[in-house]
Amino acid sequence: MTTLLEVSGVSVSFDGFRAINNLSLTIGEPELRAVIGPNGAGKTTFMDIITGKTRPDEGHVLWGELSTSLVGKSESAIARLGIGRKFQRPTVFEAQTVRENLALALRNRPGPFDVLVYRKTGQGAARIGEIAEEIGLSDSLTRAAGELSHGQKQWLEIGMLLAQDPRLLLVDEPAAGMTPAEREHTTDLLKRAAETRAVIVVEHDMDFVRRLDCRVTVLHEGSVLAEGSLAHVTQNQDVIDVYLGR
Amino acid sequence: MRRTFLSANPSVLWFLLALALVTLGVTVMAEAGTISTSFVKTLGKTLCLCLIAVAMDVVWGYCGILSLGHFAFFGIGGYAIGMWLMYARTEEIVALSLAAQALPPTAEEIRSAIGTQIFGVVGSSEFPLIWALADRPWLQLPMIVLLPGLLALVFGWLAFRSRVTGVYLSILTQAMTLALSLYLFQNDSGLRGNNGLSGLQNIPGLKGVGQDRISIWFFWGSAAALAVGYVFFAWIVSGKMGSVIRAIRDDEARVRFLGYHVESFKLFVFTVTAMVAGVAGALYYPQAGIINPAEIAPIASIYLAVWVAIGGRGRLYGAVIGAAFVSLLSSWFTGGGAPPVPIGFYTIHWTDWWLVLLGLSFVAVTLFFPKGIGGLFDLVQPRPVADRQGDYGPDAGAWRREEGEP
Repeated sequence: MTTLLEVSGVSVSFDGFRAINNLSLTIGEPELRAVIGPNGAGKTTFMDIITGKTRPDEGHVLWGELSTSLVGKSESAIARLGIGRKFQRPTVFEAQTVRENLALALRNRPGPFDVLVYRKTGQGAARIGEIAEEIGLSDSLTRAAGELSHGQKQWLEIGMLLAQDPRLLLVDEPAAGMTPAEREHTTDLLKRAAETRAVIVVEHDMDFVRRLDCRVTVLHEGSVLAEGSLAHVTQNQDVIDVYLGR
Repeated sequence: MRRTFLSANPSVLWFLLALALVTLGVTVMAEAGTISTSFVKTLGKTLCLCLIAVAMDVVWGYCGILSLGHFAFFGIGGYAIGMWLMYARTEEIVALSLAAQALPPTAEEIRSAIGTQIFGVVGSSEFPLIWALADRPWLQLPMIVLLPGLLALVFGWLAFRSRVTGVYLSILTQAMTLALSLYLFQNDSGLRGNNGLSGLQNIPGLKGVGQDRISIWFFWGSAAALAVGYVFFAWIVSGKMGSVIRAIRDDEARVRFLGYHVESFKLFVFTVTAMVAGVAGALYYPQAGIINPAEIAPIASIYLAVWVAIGGRGRLYGAVIGAAFVSLLSSWFTGGGAPPVPIGFYTIHWTDWWLVLLGLSFVAVTLFFPKGIGGLFDLVQPRPVADRQGDYGPDAGAWRREEGEP
């Protein structure tokens, strides 16, 4: 396992409020990591910083073998480096079909002129078929994404992430609003994805985290409170005090 | 598996067929003398308005940028062709009058006489720098697309780079339009201030040809431009490009995280539509005969948005229908075609009340028929709609709508 992403000493404040306070974290490749924490612990801001949406006030975010700094890069440039992000609320393009959604996410040359002269390839169609199979939406390729159920939208979004073929996947509350059966399917998807790449899952639901069976990082007030297996962190007195004890 | 462009977009064929029939019908009626030359010009101008409405639909209906500046690009296209038309026309007149003199005039004399003719009205006789190419059409005519394109490129780059979106971007584009029209209103702007450019219906080299002929030629030219523009934009908004720009309209942040540089796409769409707007303007103003800065005023761009909204955003034929319907109706109402309505204590004169009627119908369409006139076609062939607004999941235990993120 080699280090893929290194976040060190990152702080960011919004109008004087320190959302992230001297946060340091390292993710290897491949690895599955769950990030938990109470509301306002800075979980979403942490993702915003990695994906370039928020610029940290201080600290480094280093990526890959060459330790490229991600600070100051645009969202699209970071996405092209191989970081995919899934939002809490499923954000698929509802007016477009499932196939179009997946095709949008496929890794291709992204400039406007490349897109203008883009032609569908057999290879791309095959890849879309594969992904649709994996997320269980093979029969729905021609349906509009807006017609899907909430759980199917979540999967479609995970499918779009897979189509991007990222090295690091950031997943924000994937199980929110899912039925138990859907949750199980989602856990399997994430575990399978984590065999070949780094996956960070931000989650509230302890049962879901338990089922992921991976290393856990507990965030509190913008910094790391504890890290280790779920059994280990749940025994940590600090964690019990701020999070589980309530 | 792979379908050809036309089989995937049957509406393009239907549109071209309808346009061909209209063109043929108007030509036959004009030849037979059933419709007047001025009405042929009105129809030709309407086709130009349809073309810019299609461009507006691409930038607003598909890409989600409510630009209130596209009529400025239309006007710039008109000014670009107008400068050449006016120069060439004045040159003919001046050459004729100077030929009567005993000594043949020098090139210097001719040029200064043209300058006096054109700029006398604003108290000048010098050619400003921006007229440097007006005597050479092969250099001046490319400006019809280059100037709007360049302005859109620079303006769009500055605006999109700063991530200005939504209503703020609309205000910014409106400010650009207002600034441009105020500048052109000045006498020393070099474009004859509020007099504008006139006599544009006289095409150089076609002295012996009557306006009845020229009007029908321009009508054909406008129809051809609309056909080419329609197919061009239909090609852009189909396929992957269409998918990306509609995605930008719906959720621009998500598109960024997919690795697309959203700003470049917006800039591309903004610039290309501005260039087409310039072409539409260059065909419109020779038929109108005159262009002045009032044409560029922000209200014109707002009309454009109203046409597209009434016709139906997000479908190209909707924009064409909206522009044609509203602008023809507008000339009927304001041209005294509509009979006044006496209601006892007051008589409604449509020349005064047309704008009120237009405003009310705009509000009504926005509130009750968001798909516009184009939405009527869905009655014939329903389009799949997808805006599920219910609970997140159908099963027990799943989140309800109120529990989710807004």
